[in-house]
Order: sequence, then structure tokens, then C-alpha cells
Amino acid sequence: MTNRTGTPLVEMRDISISFGGIKAVDHVSIDLYPGEVVGLLGHNGAGKSTLIKILAGAYRADHGEILINGDPVEINNPRDARNLNIETIYQTLALADNLDAASNLFLGREIKKRGIVDDARMEAEARKIMGRLNPNFRKFNVPVSSLSGGQRQSVAIARAVYFNAKILIMDEPTAALGPHETQMVAELIQELKAQGLGIFLIEHDIHNVMKLCDRASVMKNGQLVGTVNVNDVTDDDILGMIIMGKPPAKAA
Amino acid sequence: MSDQGHPAQAAPPRRSLIDTLEIDVRLLGMLMAFAAVAVVFTIWTGGTFVGPRNVFNIAVQTVPVGIMACGMVFVIVARHIDLSVGSMLAMSSAVMAMSQTTWLPTMFGTEYGNPAILAATIVLGLAFGTLMGAITGWFVGYQRIPSFIVTLGGLFVWRNVNWFTTNGQSVSLTDPNLLMFGGTEGVLGATASWALGLVASALAVWAIIASRRNKQGHGFAVKPVLAETVLAGLIVGTILLFVGWLSRYPVPVAKLKRLFEARGEVMPEGYTAMHGLPISVLILIAVAVAMTVVARKTTFGRYIFAMGGNPDAAELAGINTRALTVKIFALMGFLCALAALVAQARLQSHGNDIGMLEELRVIAAAVIGGTALAGGVGTIYGAILGALIMQSLQSGMAMVGVDTPFQNIVVGLVLIIAVWVDILYRKRLGLSK
Repeated sequence: MTNRTGTPLVEMRDISISFGGIKAVDHVSIDLYPGEVVGLLGHNGAGKSTLIKILAGAYRADHGEILINGDPVEINNPRDARNLNIETIYQTLALADNLDAASNLFLGREIKKRGIVDDARMEAEARKIMGRLNPNFRKFNVPVSSLSGGQRQSVAIARAVYFNAKILIMDEPTAALGPHETQMVAELIQELKAQGLGIFLIEHDIHNVMKLCDRASVMKNGQLVGTVNVNDVTDDDILGMIIMGKPPAKAA
Repeated sequence: MSDQGHPAQAAPPRRSLIDTLEIDVRLLGMLMAFAAVAVVFTIWTGGTFVGPRNVFNIAVQTVPVGIMACGMVFVIVARHIDLSVGSMLAMSSAVMAMSQTTWLPTMFGTEYGNPAILAATIVLGLAFGTLMGAITGWFVGYQRIPSFIVTLGGLFVWRNVNWFTTNGQSVSLTDPNLLMFGGTEGVLGATASWALGLVASALAVWAIIASRRNKQGHGFAVKPVLAETVLAGLIVGTILLFVGWLSRYPVPVAKLKRLFEARGEVMPEGYTAMHGLPISVLILIAVAVAMTVVARKTTFGRYIFAMGGNPDAAELAGINTRALTVKIFALMGFLCALAALVAQARLQSHGNDIGMLEELRVIAAAVIGGTALAGGVGTIYGAILGALIMQSLQSGMAMVGVDTPFQNIVVGLVLIIAVWVDILYRKRLGLSK
């Protein structure tokens, strides 16, 4: 089991954000410990993706604070998040379709030699990391638009893993994948967890949640319903939280 | 579903000759279109079309549009458009015309024609062009006004600020140092052209070898040596043919005599001199090479393509897309000013209508050259070829006596057909979405 006695890796305290008067996230607090997978659940529009985008630097919270290893931090843009070793795998994959795998992997952090982008070295590094994540991947010299969903997903994951993430945000990483590739992602999550990364996992499939997550935080209408230890509850309890918006009687 | 035992991926990939040589099929298509234009007009004109004199003229006339088309590729790749390039050219030209003839000479009490004045003028003009572009970029990038609107406004604004700058009058430009940038008045001569051609050939071969070594160093597959040799041969051949051809275009005897007289000498009997490479064409080549390097080998270029491919992805990858937009348009403005320098030197004057409708030619050149208006796709060499194809068409049609209105009709049709063929090609390859 994950040790949750020390300082959390991430603490998001009392976070709120509204868009045009609608409170997308309403005073939500969640935390994440090293080597832990915390599932974020809820209906579409519950505010999970918005909450996580605040941590990733895509949005700025109206209210609340973020602590990394106990220190308050300012995350104003995606660059700040990356500098704090927070990496994000977005639902929409966030790949530039017209560029090849290596260019996408290193986008924003290119390897340079004397001020010039070193494509050969980046491709070599991309081949190394892809060899580990998805040994069948061979399409290095074509735009990622011509890749399958699973291949694109492995590029997106490789990007997050390559740069030594400490905190990984995965927004429905298996949504576009077949069973085999889903299994691959599940194994990867276990491996990264064992390496001591903290992972926020947005996931709709309750089986994956029960299998992969240590804790689950459920949101509804922008508010946090509650956070439970996955081992202490049944999948029906969690479904109840998602649908009814009430924490189960015995847990919490 | 398929009833075959093996999935498609198990089949060995079929590699055609073109695949093996890794030739860009689209480039090949454009080269063939260009060759077709050249062949048709050569036959039609009985050979005059490819004569050194006409090749020289086409090259010189292509320069301003070619320079701006390089910048337009970046603008369009980034999913924007710039309709104000013709007006920015006129405005830069007005600033340079006024500063070299009136403003700077008055300020420093020097005469028109002082080289220091010209140098300061060029710096001022280029800086002003960059500033105009940066203003556009700020409205587009930071204020999120569509570039179509900002630059359509810019088209009106700069064209008419230009009018006020010169009080609507044409400015005659006679400084021989300025005219050097125009074409005929600024050529290298045969010897220097050949020397430059050989150096360029050596550099091209070196670049191919260096790139191959780099790939091998990382253990990647490289093209067969034969393919690389053929490619290098084609490049070197093209360079030397171009240089050699222009070095066969003689300077008229009357003009040579005038040049000697200007230096207080008498021209020796039987003296001849060849044009060789014009400085303006060298400027275009330098811009094209620099822009290609920027596009392929710098993060700036990489980010432009990423932003064109998926603006959200670029933003989430930590790229400052707003500042990037300002830089793209500032670069466009800089290139407009550079094109203005060449254009006013070639025309030997600044007129109100300088660069009029040039924005449409520049966009057409980029699009004929394979730049996709949807963004994310485009090449510098394509845009130059596009400009060259358009200029050759016009030049050829003018030579065989086609009326100007009909010339423009043909250019318009070529634009549509070029994009149509490109779409058909992409559909067939399954590249379009």
C-alpha cells in the first residue's frame, strides 16, 4: 500500500474557477502522494478535466492554492507546470498532426546542437523510449496524422514519460484504445507507480478504476463529492457517488 | 472483414523508384509543370524564351514576389493570412525613398547619393517594415483579431499612409549604389558568378554528405549512395547551368562605353562583359536558404509548423503562440521591406502604385507552391517555384503577344488548377481528412 503519512506530492487546496458565471470547479481540495494513483471520476461536465487543467497550467484558478512537496507554487502556464515535473497526457492527445513522432515528443523542448535542432539525435532518443513503451512502433518518419489511435497514444505517453515526470496527469488515456493497448497502458501505470510517480487518472471505466487506482475522488457539478480508498469500497459504492453525488455511508 | 490469413502489415512494403530515392513527389510535380511551361514557350518563341536575356529577366522579375512569398509560407502555415504585403512594400518603399532623397540628407546636410545615407536608409526601411509586421502580429496574436481583418485593414491603411508620406508624388531614384539592388544595374560579371557557383556547389555537396554522416552516426537507414550522387549531381548541375547561362548574357556595348566614360576612361576596342548573377537574385537565394534553415532546423520554424498543425497542442506544449504570431508577422514585414528595396531599385523610382496587387501574387505563389491554407503544410522552395512558374507564364505570354487581361486570366486559372491537382493527389494518397 502507498504510504500516505508524509508530505503529499501534490495538494490542491480549495480550488475554484468559473467561466462566465458558471462554477466549473467549486472549492475542491484533492491531494496525491508519491507512488499513488488517484482516480478522478464524475459525469461529463463534473469539472474533472477543468481541475486537472489548472494543475497542468492550461487554466488559472480564480481561488485556492497548489502545493508541490509542501511548497506553494504558482502555475501560470504549461511551461511552469513542466518545470515542476508535471506532465499531462490529454484526452485529445494534443499532438501536432503534421509533425512526426520525434518532433511531437520533443515539442517545446527540442534537443539542439549549436542552436540548430538536432533531428537525428531526437529521433534516436524517440526510438529508445518507444522501444520501451511500444516495441512495435516503427513509423518515425511520417506525420502522426497517419498513425493509429494506439500509436498516437504511445507518442503522447512517451512525451510525458521521457522528461522524468514526477507528477503525471492522464486524461482518459485508454479512451481511444483497443484491449491490447489498454493492457499496455495499465502495465505502464503500474511500472510508473512503482518508480514513485504520482498519477492523477481521469477514467470513466469503473473496472479500470478499481484495478489501477489507490484512491478515487468523485466530482459532481464542480464540487467534490468525496475521496475514498478504493480497497474500502465496492464499485457500486463509487457508482453511487458518481450518480447520486453522496459519499457512501460506511466509508470516508 | 478481410478473409485473408495475414493482416496487411505483414506484407513487405513495396518500394518504387521514387520511394527509394525519397523524392518529394509534389516537388517533382511542380518541377514538371515548370518544365512544361518552359518547353511550350521555348517552342512557341523559337528559342528566345530560354535565351540568357529572358532567363535573366524572369529571374530578376521574380525576386520581389519570391522574397515575400517566403514570409507568406510561414504566415499561411501558422493558419493566418497577410493581405497587406503589397501595401507594406509600398510603405517601406516610401520610407526609404523619402529618407534617402529628403529626410536624411536634410538632417545631416549631405548630398543624395552618399553611401552612408543609403546604408542608414536600408536599415531604417527594414526596421520600419518589421515594425509594421509586428503591429499586425500584435493585433492578431494578443488581441485575437482574425488576421484576414487586420491585414485587410492594413492593406488600406499602409497604401494610403504611403500616399501621404510622399504627398502622392513619385520619387525618382538615381543613386547608383541603390540601383545595384535592382537587377540589371547590379551584376557580378562572369568570373565572380562562376566562382560563386562553384562555392555554392561545393557547399551543397558538403551539406548532403554531412546530413548522411549524421544519420549514419545514429544508425538510421540512409539512401543508396547512387541516389545521393544523382541528387547531388542534379543540384550542382542546376546551379552551374544557371550561372553559366546568365554569364552568357552580354552587357550592351553602349552601356559599357557609358560606364568607361563615367570613370574617365576609354573602352578598349572589342571589350565585352557578361551580366552573370544579379545581386537581387542572390538576395532571393540567400533569403530562401535562410528561411529553409529556419523552417527546418530552428525551434522557431518547428513551432510555426506545430502551431499550424494544432494550435492547442502548441499552446499546451508550452509554446508562447502569441509572441510567436508577432514574430511571424514581423518577419513578413521585414521581407516586404527587403522586397521594396529590390523593387524600387529595379524601377529606379518610388511610385504610389508600387506593389499594387502584389499581395495576391505572393499568396498565389505560396499556394501554387503547395502551401495549404488550412495551415501546417508548406515549403519555401515550393513558394519560390510557384513565383517562378507564375512569372514564366506571364513573361512567356507577353513574348508571344498575349494581351495583359488574358495573361491574368491564365494566372488565375493556374492557381485554381494547381490547388485542385494537389487536392486530387492528396485524396488519392489518403492524406486528406
